[in-house]
Amino acid sequence: MQEKHEEKLVLDQELRDDPVKEDQHRHPEHQIHHDSQTIDAPIESTVNATVSSAMKPANQKKRSQWLEVWRRLKQNKAAMVGLFIITILILSAIFAPWIAPYHYDDQDLLRTFQSPSREHLLGTDNFGRDILSRIIYGSRISLMVGFIAVSISLIVGGFLGAVAGYYGGRLDNIIMRGIDILMAIPSILLAISIVASLGPGLRNVMIAVGIATIPTYARIVRASVITIKDQEFIEAARAVGANDMRIISKHIMPNSLAPLIVQGTLGVANAILSAAGLSFIGLGFQPPTPEWGAMLSQGRQYIRDYWHMTTFPGLAIMTTIFGLNLLGDGLRDALDPRLKN
Amino acid sequence: MAEKLLEAKNLKKYFHTKKGLLHAVDDVNLYINKGETLGLVGESGCGKSTTGRVLLRLLEATAGEIWFEGENILTYNKDQMRKMRQEMQIVFQDPFASLNPRMSISEIISEPLVVNKVYRAKTDMQQRVEELMDTVGLARRLINTYPHELDGGRRQRIGIARALALKPKFIVQDEPVSALDVSIQAQILNLMMDLQAEFGLTYLFISHDLSVVKHVSNRIAVMYLGKIVELSEYNSIFKDPLHPYTQALLSAIPVPSLHSSKEKIILEGDIPSPINPPDGCRFYGRCQHRQEICKATTPELRELEPERYVACHFAKELKPASV
Repeated sequence: MQEKHEEKLVLDQELRDDPVKEDQHRHPEHQIHHDSQTIDAPIESTVNATVSSAMKPANQKKRSQWLEVWRRLKQNKAAMVGLFIITILILSAIFAPWIAPYHYDDQDLLRTFQSPSREHLLGTDNFGRDILSRIIYGSRISLMVGFIAVSISLIVGGFLGAVAGYYGGRLDNIIMRGIDILMAIPSILLAISIVASLGPGLRNVMIAVGIATIPTYARIVRASVITIKDQEFIEAARAVGANDMRIISKHIMPNSLAPLIVQGTLGVANAILSAAGLSFIGLGFQPPTPEWGAMLSQGRQYIRDYWHMTTFPGLAIMTTIFGLNLLGDGLRDALDPRLKN
Repeated sequence: MAEKLLEAKNLKKYFHTKKGLLHAVDDVNLYINKGETLGLVGESGCGKSTTGRVLLRLLEATAGEIWFEGENILTYNKDQMRKMRQEMQIVFQDPFASLNPRMSISEIISEPLVVNKVYRAKTDMQQRVEELMDTVGLARRLINTYPHELDGGRRQRIGIARALALKPKFIVQDEPVSALDVSIQAQILNLMMDLQAEFGLTYLFISHDLSVVKHVSNRIAVMYLGKIVELSEYNSIFKDPLHPYTQALLSAIPVPSLHSSKEKIILEGDIPSPINPPDGCRFYGRCQHRQEICKATTPELRELEPERYVACHFAKELKPASV
């Protein structure tokens, strides 16, 4: 062993005197012999070559990771459309009183069921309320319900799934059987019973819808954690002494984000509709609160004669989901350094 | 005489499977001296990698002792073990799977430093990362790239840099070159030997490739189905192997000569299942020299000559037969 090293060091010395180029990997002079006779002969090293090339001043300015993500997101046109839609929606939610032409509760019983006109851009409903104004005010509630309900199920479900998938064994069994019980009950039925026991109201609806969709997230996260936790880079992290918290948050979660983002963006739509369903049976928002889902179900009775009562709230929901999906897809790609361009 | 850095005594690792108890590592005894490379060879599935991982406590041993610098690390608790990990590191086989695809090179190399809170200041850490990149021959301009942008050889250099970050004394090399092109294999092997000379590292070099092991090892341990069948100096094992399995293994190395008179020992039969293995020699079913005693009693690893350990009842008798 010792002699081998010495021989090699001599060769390295010779190499060092060679003019070395940047990429030395396929240097013709340093070809390796493969016959077993020469296997003991030292194989010339090109290590020093690369070392010396590294002495060149390198561009070491590290851009912040989030700036990098933003830069990549900007290149994705679809994502920017999504971001634009979501921004508009959020702005209209914030500035509703200034944007909306009427108050959401202004009734004009002489002008009920009006088709879209210059006066009422999207028509009026059965109480003569301006649908456009109600949609603008409704974005406040619908967006909040969508985001908060999804956040609840994402955080709780994600945590349960991550723990179950990472630790496995008995803990996994206990958690997932609990999730199975939740799954066995249709989610809308579950939401109904939760709201029924907590009482109607905005907060309780969000909690109910959030809890009802926990199983989906728990199962998605568990599945991706299981596929990732046995990879070697997890073992490598453990070998350097990383604890479970760090392994889950730094190594497993970033690698299992993609399906979560997709499910999360779709989940917002589901949450809005579930909340609407609850409103429909009288457990959700009480009239006259403007809420897209509630408007949709209210207009359902008149759908044959007055299309505009259902179409516009429906379009509002659709646009939101569309924007979120575009943004979500873009985010998923921007967060993945493998797709860097 | 050389000082032992690490010694495993009666090390066992059993896995519970649906079919029964899988004896992945069964009663392994081995030691590694300071500054040397112990090559661990054997066919796929014989428990080489498991042995390496058990030694680092990445897998918990079922039974046995692991002595590292005079202390049995199997008795360590979590915190002690975390400190201990700074002394012993691992380089993985697959440089594609062993690097987190979402971390940049600098994040990967600095992870051991961050986890163990080695540096307070970010600039110190940055400097150390650059130093490590120089050490393993990675151009500094790659510091903010991601693993997928690099080739296998460069990725493996990252893996090595990560293993070196905490200045360990002992590194398990788990088939570090078997996923690489032959030309790059040579670079990586030489890099490892350079690093060993520079930092006085001790290696456990796991491989199924005898010519690679021959190139880097001082001593060689041959493993068959969870057991060490032969352990000795690199010269003696290649000149006159004592265990019938080692003999067969060495005869399988191709000789690039037209007039080769080397006789090949072709092993017959399959490797028996490591699940609930019967008593007796593990190699019994495939051995040319088997006798009744081999079936009845498991041969112990015994010291036949100084520094030569063989687990075969007939090692002495077989010796003259093999050249």
